[in-house]
Amino acid sequence: MSDAISVHAGASAYFGRRRSARSMAYGTWYVTEHRLRTMRAYLGSIIAGSVFNPVLYLFALGVGIGSYIDSNAGAPGIGGVGYLVFVGPALLVSAALTVAFEECSYPVMGGFKWTREFWAMNATPIDARQVVNGVLLAAGFRIVFTVAVFWCCLAAFGASPSGYGFLAMPAAVLSGLAFGSVIMAVAANLEEDDGWFPIINRLIITPMFLFSGTFFPLEGLPIWLRWLGWISPLWHGTQLGRAAAYGMSEPVWLTLVHVAYIAGMLGVGLGLSWRSFRRRLSK
Amino acid sequence: MDNPNGIMIKARGLTKDFGEVRAVDSVDFEVRKGEAFGLLGPNGAGKSTTMRMIASVSRRTGGELSILGLDPNEHGPDIRGHLGVVPQQDNLDVEIRVRDNLVVYGRYFGLPMKFLGPKADELIEFVQLTEKAKAKVDTLSGGMKRRLTIARALINEPDILLLDEPTTGLDPQARHILWDRLFRLKEAGVTLVITTHYMDEAEQLCDRLIVMDKGKIMAEGTPARLIREYSSREVVELRFGSDRNAVLAGQLAGFGDRIEVLPDRILIYTDTGEEDLARIVERGLRPLTSLVRRSSLEDVFLRLTGRSLIE
Repeated sequence: MSDAISVHAGASAYFGRRRSARSMAYGTWYVTEHRLRTMRAYLGSIIAGSVFNPVLYLFALGVGIGSYIDSNAGAPGIGGVGYLVFVGPALLVSAALTVAFEECSYPVMGGFKWTREFWAMNATPIDARQVVNGVLLAAGFRIVFTVAVFWCCLAAFGASPSGYGFLAMPAAVLSGLAFGSVIMAVAANLEEDDGWFPIINRLIITPMFLFSGTFFPLEGLPIWLRWLGWISPLWHGTQLGRAAAYGMSEPVWLTLVHVAYIAGMLGVGLGLSWRSFRRRLSK
Repeated sequence: MDNPNGIMIKARGLTKDFGEVRAVDSVDFEVRKGEAFGLLGPNGAGKSTTMRMIASVSRRTGGELSILGLDPNEHGPDIRGHLGVVPQQDNLDVEIRVRDNLVVYGRYFGLPMKFLGPKADELIEFVQLTEKAKAKVDTLSGGMKRRLTIARALINEPDILLLDEPTTGLDPQARHILWDRLFRLKEAGVTLVITTHYMDEAEQLCDRLIVMDKGKIMAEGTPARLIREYSSREVVELRFGSDRNAVLAGQLAGFGDRIEVLPDRILIYTDTGEEDLARIVERGLRPLTSLVRRSSLEDVFLRLTGRSLIE
């Protein structure tokens, strides 16, 4: 047992002139690094979920329902492709959104309320914005992993016929980040666990999943319900994914709208999260 | 950081409002290098709010504050790089191991692994958690978690260590282990700022302290000087039973410099405790229990505010 403590044993040699210099530059990455390290604790369930989930969905929806629909719809199927090809990009994007929700809801509320780890981070040179960016970036790593596994399954099931099919992956990842940033802003404002996330799940996520042109084209909805798709990141991401996966034809301006909507959502979500984190941490 | 006059923290008219509530009301104080400085007061006195402003996370509403010669509004991250913070509520990462907590935290200061590895081992040894280095934080006792939080706060070799209620909620033995470690840090020259509502903690650890109540500073000085200034040398404590204390207080007039009647006991402030107690008994008053003790900071607080520290 050592009772001696060296107060200045050489940390200053690594700090440079200002003690915040390195944290200012790499702070976001330090937060990400920490969260990835924490994720290792439940790595098994992350991997298992990422692999079983797509296989399950692709069998049930693509192969099971798909073969039924295809045999009834006749040769062209939906939009000229088989049901599995049609529904694949939507499932890919929705998997990204699900992971984003998992990483940006309870873990963010808990970082303030239960573990209080955001205060611990902010007691160092790290600032509120870096905490937000780092948490979202770590979620991004998980989204990338999930999307990559899912896409490989899609390809294996023959659901990504186009040579540009891989472009569905960045579309899904960006949709996930955009959605996650908004969920994070909401989570950062929840001071009590009043059951808001189950409500969001039932009233926003489930309808979004069902009515974003996921299982049938948005045109299949009456015009007065189509706005559900228009405001949904899932629809915009899915349409991009479909354009990539099987060259779904769409006016160029609409493709640009999809990209702009997702980018805009990410921007707004990040801005709101920065503000909420700063307000909460600097009280 | 250049700091020739040795003033680590300087507050002038420091004020913090939460909406309509003024949590810290124009306080002035200075903390010098190597000093153990205490903020003593009951819950809600504004100690933690003051502490969070010193920690350069909470923004002041008014007044001046300078930490290591810098304004936290302008140089928050830079100042925080020089601080170690032990918050009132533990905020360790309970999902990773004891040693990883230190390494991960050290990364936030931009320190490289080759420095953090040996440093983490040294600190774990210092806070006597070597056998727990690979344990999950969940498995630690309250006292061990506090010690780990202190080790974590030292990972960047801070110039100032801020401790907000460091031993609240710990059992007496765990408190003594913690005090011993903090005392060694003090001996090693670390500047300590400690908030507490325990007068014994303040007396043991603090070279100098301010007594706070309702956001204001009531008094400032060394523990000994505060006791000399605001209390007598000794205190006679008498208990006559809760319904009789107030009744019998009248018959004690003339004893000591001052008498405080509390619901559970009567305190007589005097320089000659044993003699006074003997004369009280001669007079035919029969307290259920009696005690002569030295004055403490608790008495100072009672004198200054008319209330006890722990309510």
